[in-house]
Amino acid sequence: MIERKPLVLGNKTYKDITNDICEPVETMPGKTWWSMFFSAKALLLFYLFTIGMIVSTGMGLLGVNHPVGWGTMIVTFVFWIGIGHAGTLISAILFLFRQKWRTSVARSAEAMTVFAVMTAGIFPLIHTGRPWFDFWLFPYPNQRGPLWVNFRSPLLWDVFAVSTYATVSMVFWYVGLVPDFATLRDRAKSGLRRKIYGALSLGWRGTTRHWSHYEMVYMLLAGLSTPLVLSVHTIVSFDFAVSSLPGWHTTIFPPYFVAGAIFSGFGMVVTLLTLVRIGFPKFKDYITIDHMEAMNKIIMATGMMVGYAYGSEFFIAWYSGVPYEKYAFVNRAFGPYWWSYWIMVSCNVFIPQIFWFKWARRSIPVMFIVSIFVNIGMWFERFVITVTSLHRDYLPSNWGMYAWSRWDAFVLIGSFGMFLTLFLLYLRVFPAVSIAEVKPVLHVGKKGEHHG
Amino acid sequence: MAKKRLSGVVGFWSDDHKIVEAAHKMREAGYKHFDAITPFPVHGMEDAIGIKRSSIPYVTFIAGVMGGSLGLLLEYWTSAVSWALNVGGKPYFSLPAFIPVTFELTILFAALSSVGAMFFLNKLPQVDPPIIDPDLTCSKFALWIPDTEPGYSPEKIEAFLKQIGAEEVRRVVEF
Repeated sequence: MIERKPLVLGNKTYKDITNDICEPVETMPGKTWWSMFFSAKALLLFYLFTIGMIVSTGMGLLGVNHPVGWGTMIVTFVFWIGIGHAGTLISAILFLFRQKWRTSVARSAEAMTVFAVMTAGIFPLIHTGRPWFDFWLFPYPNQRGPLWVNFRSPLLWDVFAVSTYATVSMVFWYVGLVPDFATLRDRAKSGLRRKIYGALSLGWRGTTRHWSHYEMVYMLLAGLSTPLVLSVHTIVSFDFAVSSLPGWHTTIFPPYFVAGAIFSGFGMVVTLLTLVRIGFPKFKDYITIDHMEAMNKIIMATGMMVGYAYGSEFFIAWYSGVPYEKYAFVNRAFGPYWWSYWIMVSCNVFIPQIFWFKWARRSIPVMFIVSIFVNIGMWFERFVITVTSLHRDYLPSNWGMYAWSRWDAFVLIGSFGMFLTLFLLYLRVFPAVSIAEVKPVLHVGKKGEHHG
Repeated sequence: MAKKRLSGVVGFWSDDHKIVEAAHKMREAGYKHFDAITPFPVHGMEDAIGIKRSSIPYVTFIAGVMGGSLGLLLEYWTSAVSWALNVGGKPYFSLPAFIPVTFELTILFAALSSVGAMFFLNKLPQVDPPIIDPDLTCSKFALWIPDTEPGYSPEKIEAFLKQIGAEEVRRVVEF
């Protein structure tokens, strides 16, 4: 018989769980947190300065021009949106599949989703060139006809997909937090803390009638988020696939993008959770090495799906017999941007193969390094798709290179400042493991206890 | 909105399995308006108390259908009626191209309405509601019998709670 491994280590009582998880919220942060927070904050200020420069000067600061009209902004938008997908996969899809190990990682993964989508959302808004007119993206009654948005455009589908995704994942996250805010409210020693968490808990009472509706709505949100998350990256891939450019116009894009998104998201979850485990040693009993191993297995599996998509694209380019399609792919791997293609393949397909070995899946330094490579590789995947397809299309007279400027690098690096500032604040203000969800799985896999 | 608070009797347990058994006994003894207060959803408690399955899925379904139809109607009206524009020779009502937005609005309406329904049914948000014991969101479990119970008599209930295994019994002025 295969035995279940315990999901919570040590001989914890319900009280211990509450104490352990509330500790980071109720104590003053140490030096490490402050130094990380100030570095992230400095990067965030630099990001705001960069955005200010780009908005006030214009898109000309960036390297986008003819023929490469989509650059860093779109590449980095897809990168951050993709990262968000792992959070929803953990919180919604694994919930529907009754994967109990998800409980202790779900909260932080959802937080990552919310912050990643917030970071991502800024890019297309700036990419429009005149962000003060961004309300034009929505169909609202106006005095120009009225002139409506073009509902046949994938870019408009994206507006609806991303804003729905941002709204629903924020609501899902908040609903999950409500009972834990009530716990923090009831533990609060100072009146102000009691008031703040009392307001956030919305007056949660914990009666069985409350829980009955609550569990139902949680399951419904999981059921709604599952097709939603699949639709979001599908629609993001339509931004490319619905055009008629060689290298973009392929039917494989939706599943390929979704697999890539989950892959990159799990990379980021592992990066963040290894750091959380170092920062809060008590969390090692909740986010155990078994949890990390499970996520590393998903990284390897989705990495190979992405690798399969790379191969399949090449095969179809050859099998289709379309010379432009063939050229686009040969040019990707051996043209002027060959280095970006091989960075992508090495980071996404070759490096995660180390997870075939159990010691590698269970080694914190190894998984941290691999997860960083996955993050790099997935940014390059979007770079390869966007830039190499655009820079050489049908007409050789229409060819050119992407004039990467230092401002391109600044927005990319700066966006991490925004993401990390939000995540670091979250770790100190919200309970980073779901208290009410971990307690019911306390006895799973414990010897000598027989619970359902 | 100031709501009338109830007074009542409460019995505490520290084991989630024992309180489910106690709730069963309570229901068999004929109690109707009692409820449990627990730090997390306790498996089997709804059954023990006799709470019916939540009706929220009906809200979700209706809201989803409404969101989808309104989305499609908006696309039809703006693209084919209000200001019909020929875009790339496609029909004014390009149904396949209108599906993504229809789908997203279905999900958006369904999700937000379900959460709204949960708040409505649970009578949330409440401003600073009285709590019985801070440990009830941490490590303790309680059965709560309000004064709306038919034939409410605190002494009798206290004795019964002790008989079914409550570790501590308390009278509560308002909850």
